[in-house]
Amino acid sequence: MLVAFSVGRYPVAPTELLRLLWAKLTGAPLAVSPALETVVFRVRGPRVLAAVAIGATLAASGSAYQGLFRNPLVSPDILGVSSGAALGATLGIYLSWGVAGIQALAFSLGLGAVVVVYAIGASLRRLDPLLVLVLAGIVVGTMLGACISLLKYLADPYNQLPAITFWLLGSLASITRDDLLSVLPAALAGLVPLWLLRWRMNVMTLSEEEALTLGVDTRRVRVIVIAAATLMTAAVVSVSGVIGWIGLLIPHFARLLVGPDFSRLLPAAMLLGAGYLVAVDTLARTVASLEIPLGVLTAFIGAPLFIWLLAVSRRGWQ
Amino acid sequence: MRLDVEGLAFGYANKEVGRDVTFGLSGGEVLCLLGPNGGGKTTLFKTVLRLLAPLGGRILVDGESIAGWSRLRLAHAFAYVPQAQLGVFPFTVAETVLMGRTSHLGPFATPSRRDRVVADDMLALLGIEHLAARPYTEISGGERQLTLIARALAQQPAILVMDEPTASLDFGNQVRVLAEVEQLAQRGIGVMLSTHDPDHAFLCAQRVALLHHGRLARLGPPEDVITRESLREVYGVDVTVIEATRSDGRSARVCVPALGTIPTR
Repeated sequence: MLVAFSVGRYPVAPTELLRLLWAKLTGAPLAVSPALETVVFRVRGPRVLAAVAIGATLAASGSAYQGLFRNPLVSPDILGVSSGAALGATLGIYLSWGVAGIQALAFSLGLGAVVVVYAIGASLRRLDPLLVLVLAGIVVGTMLGACISLLKYLADPYNQLPAITFWLLGSLASITRDDLLSVLPAALAGLVPLWLLRWRMNVMTLSEEEALTLGVDTRRVRVIVIAAATLMTAAVVSVSGVIGWIGLLIPHFARLLVGPDFSRLLPAAMLLGAGYLVAVDTLARTVASLEIPLGVLTAFIGAPLFIWLLAVSRRGWQ
Repeated sequence: MRLDVEGLAFGYANKEVGRDVTFGLSGGEVLCLLGPNGGGKTTLFKTVLRLLAPLGGRILVDGESIAGWSRLRLAHAFAYVPQAQLGVFPFTVAETVLMGRTSHLGPFATPSRRDRVVADDMLALLGIEHLAARPYTEISGGERQLTLIARALAQQPAILVMDEPTASLDFGNQVRVLAEVEQLAQRGIGVMLSTHDPDHAFLCAQRVALLHHGRLARLGPPEDVITRESLREVYGVDVTVIEATRSDGRSARVCVPALGTIPTR
């Protein structure tokens, strides 16, 4: 994090950074330039903190989804939350709404997509509930994707299309302190139930019949966990855009380190997710003079890591 | 605790698998369910466990219908040992057994020290303490079966339902599991298990139910139910039932099929 604060277009020496923090904490007069203060507290600060919060949130919801769907290859997008949010943002940009409007639309369509998917799953009672959810997620996701393509086709290619493309690739460049504050309540509201249900989450990874006969009301737990994880993901994606791979990859690493027990997996995944996104975001704004979209970097780094993981972690899951 | 199944019809919404099944099970008793593949054994078990809704008839525990019971209350009465299946995530054997304590925990609680003691006791009871730290995904089929039994016992149920607990086990493990079944009944648990091997029914069951085409063809003590006639009727195989003397002096019956005279069904 210290590194993330220091490097960038306006380099800050670590000693200066510490002096600045000290001055802020003690209320002593500033011994550094006001430009530096602006960079650290207004620009870089929110961005690094956002990376921490978003990385942790995506990793937490990824861990929850993987456990719930008894499948380590599941990511938080499986029920269409990202596609829904993406359509919301695309629509917002297409209609030339303001930033807050775009975010609100992304958030509500992200939630809405999952509600639709869940409703389809619940209405087809006779089939395996998990399979139906996944299939409904894929179908709804594809439809939303088609809607996004249509909007991109219709969008103004000079102003709107680049903005849409940029949003779909995910970025923390324009994040502000207000964005961060608006995301945190939803992220926390999702995190609390996940943490409370941490033992039930372990039992949910068994087969449906085993979980039921062990005394778990699987349908109720599933609704709560899906709602919690979706709320978190939608809140985050609505400010950062689609950042892939974290929800898929980080829980794997966490499981490799601390095992599958959810009460250890959840905090471990959150720490790793936070660290990973801070690192990737720092790379995104420093390796080239042009900022690289986050989604591009997480995929470039994530895909080889994932293959390496498959090669070494034969025993991680089977 | 006593289980009574009365005139049960079971199956799926669009397909009835069996009907008119009536039997009872008391604590300390072993009831063995025999029957050919596709005869409805697993479906019957799932219906008794309320994993499937009954299509007719009643299931009573101590005279009370379980129709409206919550999963939690059901879990206090019944524990289920499914056929050993591979989990997705590598929980250790100790963690897997600890999951048997779930129905004794509050909705947001994690297992306490006391729960861990119960789980450890069950590992010791089944002689698998040495596996405690091993991932459940990496132990052998027999060890997995014992782990699942330990998990079911950690649940401290009145009635234990075991779906083919000896399937896919080697000879030694089969005998070990059957010995365990006998022990459990002596501790007062009512055990209901299904098997493909009539000899196993002779070894551990007080009563045998023969399920054929979804109906109870016979129900009674093993000697009365497992006979040359009934096996020919249900399996279409010619079998001689002989009496053998066990090393402990007690006698046991075994079935010896005649391979040359298998009648076509």
